[in-house]
Amino acid sequence: MKQLTIISGKGGTGKTTIVGSFAVLAENKVLADCDVDAPDLHLLLHPEIIEREEFKGVKIAVMDKTLCTECGTCAETCRFNAIVLTEESDYTVNPARCEGCGACVFTCPQEALTLQERVSGYAFVSRTKYGTMAHAQLNIAEEASGKLVTAVRENARQAAEQEGCDLILIDGAPGIGCPVIASLTGVDLALIVTEPTMSGLHDLERILDVTRHFGIGSTVCINKYDINVENSKRITEFCRQRGVEVVGNIPYDPVVTEAMVAGMPVVEFSKGGVVSDAIKDVWGCIK
Amino acid sequence: MIISVASGKGGTGKTTVAVNLALALSNTPVQLLDCDVEEPNAHIFLNPAIEETKPAQTLVPKVNYELCDYCGKCAPACEYNALVVVPQKEVMVFPELCHGCGLCSLVCPQDAISEEPREIGVIKKGTSGDGTIDLVYGLLNIGEVMATPLIDQVKAELNPAKTVIIDVPPGTACPVIAAVQGSDYCILVTEPTPFGLYDLKLAVEVLRVLKIPFGIVVNKAGIGDRKVYEYCENVDIPILLEIPHDKRIARCYSEGVPFANKMPEWKERFVKMMSQIEEYVYEQ
Repeated sequence: MKQLTIISGKGGTGKTTIVGSFAVLAENKVLADCDVDAPDLHLLLHPEIIEREEFKGVKIAVMDKTLCTECGTCAETCRFNAIVLTEESDYTVNPARCEGCGACVFTCPQEALTLQERVSGYAFVSRTKYGTMAHAQLNIAEEASGKLVTAVRENARQAAEQEGCDLILIDGAPGIGCPVIASLTGVDLALIVTEPTMSGLHDLERILDVTRHFGIGSTVCINKYDINVENSKRITEFCRQRGVEVVGNIPYDPVVTEAMVAGMPVVEFSKGGVVSDAIKDVWGCIK
Repeated sequence: MIISVASGKGGTGKTTVAVNLALALSNTPVQLLDCDVEEPNAHIFLNPAIEETKPAQTLVPKVNYELCDYCGKCAPACEYNALVVVPQKEVMVFPELCHGCGLCSLVCPQDAISEEPREIGVIKKGTSGDGTIDLVYGLLNIGEVMATPLIDQVKAELNPAKTVIIDVPPGTACPVIAAVQGSDYCILVTEPTPFGLYDLKLAVEVLRVLKIPFGIVVNKAGIGDRKVYEYCENVDIPILLEIPHDKRIARCYSEGVPFANKMPEWKERFVKMMSQIEEYVYEQ
């Protein structure tokens, strides 16, 4: 079984547009949306949820106010500024900052604090007309998006095994940190979607450093390559020097946004269009 | 006044808004903190002269084997599985998993665990090429997973005597909270598309949880559909500014040039938006 992750470093370069189209073009695959804090692939593929499981990521410190003497030891212990004095001069746990380490539980002389599990999000397995899709939604302001990414990938792997699929297509998150690394570990290939802007080039360099750091083979495709042809040439030259293949140049076309508004993968919405043809070429190169 | 610029969805124009707003206000003291430490971009547009580069560190456990008796209390205490005790042989530490909470050092009955700093990235400080804006940004080292401590360290450079503009990373998870928290106001940048709207709604929930007032900048106005506008009207969120989907603006962006420098009428619009925000914040 092969795994392909589509990432970008910089956000908004067109990852999900491309994964949505690959969902149409690829056969015998399972899809995984690993952008768990701002997932968008479902807006193109309209999954019908068949399994929904609670995701328990990190724990949270819970304070029993009947035992608390306001001594402040917990606040001194906490490295994450998650326990603060509020206006009412009471110590309280800020759930958005608590990393569930348990240090405050250990130091509280009154045993007023306990670590409790919390539901940090939901993982889904869904049916789409393009095949099974694993996805998730992290709750607002939560930790551990990397762990949820791992859960999504595990669901995708199980589905692929059950169905005898030989490919998992993974839509990654922007950035280079926790969720991105979780969506890259152990995959066979990373397709990096960039755009011909100075920011796109800068972020491409960083994400290529990440894939190289983890020893993952990478190829690049330049989306909206014609909005700045000079920069596209610079990216191509940069990739050549790094020994990375550029597998496609996709032109800018408002049809991409029209397809998104219609809630359809662009290769389905605009059959035979220039963007669709370019995406098909990219798929032809990497499949 | 601390204004953060966030979005939920990546690539909607946070950096564009943060940089052009900073430039529009640059006849007053302005500081820009780029908290997108995974992929910072503001410096591309500001060409800063970097005056200082310093390491950003977190603490990781260090075991003193003269004191350690392999009792094994540290490993189960760690919620992140960053320690494994091999009896009579070794305490293995996995620094990438460590959150630097210090609990292992607290629970060790032999006082055998101290903490040592580990570099996770760097912080760069400088002044924009035109000398008007203080810029601070963080750069997470390749392969590091935890952006939050670095974001906190960028924010520790915040100068309250200036108007502070914070460029926030995309998403809705912990790095976003770390960057946005403490702001007086948040500008949410979106694009009028289904992806833009879906992620905008998530970002709005984040700000409601954090109780930070906010308004919307619609970037690439003219593409997509009207649903972002309908949503803002229905739930009564102010639209502060619209930036059209315009070839000149896109061209400037692609070249790493702040578009308000080429189209000065936009500076007035950003200044006007800022007065609107100030008025709102002082009313509260």
